Amino acid sequence: MESLLEFIRIDMGSPGLATLVSNPKFAFIQLLNSVSMGMNFFIIAAGLSLIFGVLKVINFAHGAFYMFGAYIAYSVTETMGLSFFWGVIGSAVGLVLLSVVIERSLFRFVYDKEHLMQLLLTFALVLILGDVAKIIWGTDQYSVSYPASLSGATNLGIAYYPSYRLLLCILGPVIFLALWLFIERTRWGRITKAATQNREMLAALGINVPIIYTGVFVAGSALAGIGGALASPFNSPTPGMDAIIIVECFVIVIIGGLGSLWGTFVGALIYGFVFNFGSVIVPNGQDIFAFLILLVVLLIRPWGLFGRPETEGQ
Amino acid sequence: MPQLEVKGIHASYGLSHVLFGVSFNVEAGQCVSLIGRNGVGKTTTMRSIIGLTPAHIGNIVFEGTDITHLPTHKIAKLGIAFVPEERHIFPELSVWENLDIARRRPRNDGPAWSEEEVYELFPDLKEIRNRLGGVLSGGQQQMLTVARSLMGNPRLLILDEPSEGLAPKLVETLRDRVALLKDGGMSIVLAEQNLKFVLSLSDHCHIMEKGEIKFSGTPEDLRENAQVKEKYLTL
Repeated sequence: MESLLEFIRIDMGSPGLATLVSNPKFAFIQLLNSVSMGMNFFIIAAGLSLIFGVLKVINFAHGAFYMFGAYIAYSVTETMGLSFFWGVIGSAVGLVLLSVVIERSLFRFVYDKEHLMQLLLTFALVLILGDVAKIIWGTDQYSVSYPASLSGATNLGIAYYPSYRLLLCILGPVIFLALWLFIERTRWGRITKAATQNREMLAALGINVPIIYTGVFVAGSALAGIGGALASPFNSPTPGMDAIIIVECFVIVIIGGLGSLWGTFVGALIYGFVFNFGSVIVPNGQDIFAFLILLVVLLIRPWGLFGRPETEGQ
Repeated sequence: MPQLEVKGIHASYGLSHVLFGVSFNVEAGQCVSLIGRNGVGKTTTMRSIIGLTPAHIGNIVFEGTDITHLPTHKIAKLGIAFVPEERHIFPELSVWENLDIARRRPRNDGPAWSEEEVYELFPDLKEIRNRLGGVLSGGQQQMLTVARSLMGNPRLLILDEPSEGLAPKLVETLRDRVALLKDGGMSIVLAEQNLKFVLSLSDHCHIMEKGEIKFSGTPEDLRENAQVKEKYLTL
């Protein structure tokens, strides 16, 4: 069944539009590829969007958090020999610890500062974390095995499809639903929503806003770590992977609307589809289509599909 | 001992010095008002009490605790509620959600407000409890912002220009509600431009100008002192 994965990857080369139309099985697999890839992106980009929505800081180091997630998953599964499940848990815990320290010692001092200061801080973190990763893990490209129980393929009637990628198709909506229910259906979710609107008023109502900020930053960063761990079997942990993912995340959240959960979900799906079908239609053309869509959104609706135009005040 | 003591506070926004030694006391159950034109420091005095613009000289003591440099949420938890002039209703939360996030466990021997009790005081809010904060009228917003502050079970209410922008009839309703709260034992610090509103509620009035208190007295003193009336109250 391992060979099936290879088959799909090779097949993704550049068969052209004709294959897509004439071969429904191929089109079906591209569809699932789009969704599973989109859902992996959603998990990562949701963290970036959540952090921006509440803290109003664009965290360029989010990609580095993702990379740390992938590396930690490698260490836990391949070096320590634990199962993939613990690799994902380990990445989440690792990112929680890392982001608590970073938020408490650095981020909280720039919330009131201008964007340039915030950008400098998060960019400095990109460079520092990139080097820290090289010190810990070196510059090798590592491979992480698929979890044993999900390394095969599942018969979906129309075609076989890798079980692991099916898991991503399910996990994305589950995480979306969990986030949505938390924000819309719990008191702390509503308080978090209120924090995006007016932090002074929230404090005057007796709520410790800095704790909310820390919580949101940690949760968002943990999502990057989980996303990195989940991507590690097909996206080998290697230096520089942070720079690629952060650009992809930005495309997604700008298309969907920064700070919007729905927007990030839809944006991630759009990106997944454009990436997979784009490369089928034009060999290696995925980026062209993604950035074209980004351009159109920026021209017509600069605040994104589900975002809101920036308003005055807090 | 007064419930709230404001002792010679100075406060600034960045480089602009706004308050120059403001002092006054509030006894439990009293309504004390700050009167004056825009920009004389009424709002800043209130923001200093709740800790949003901390005083850099002087002290503020609430029920024996020095709160001058406490963070805002801790001051609120001690039993002070702030109703800002801008109201700051959370637009993406519904009326009941705005109330719900402000809910706090009551302190021993302190007041204990529930959502239902707040609706008894402001019946109009009950009918629109599922409406989003962002679509409320000015009057509804003002009722909600007072109602919301009660959910924290405060013993001292700071009201900044509550009648601002309200129709005369609504101003009267609001004054009745605030009077009810006062009758229930709530201490109030009030900043108002509407003299009728102020004089009918206050036990003590302080007239402010350029960051200082220029005149203090009861509403009767104010009414009788023609010179003060002439100088500060011809708005």
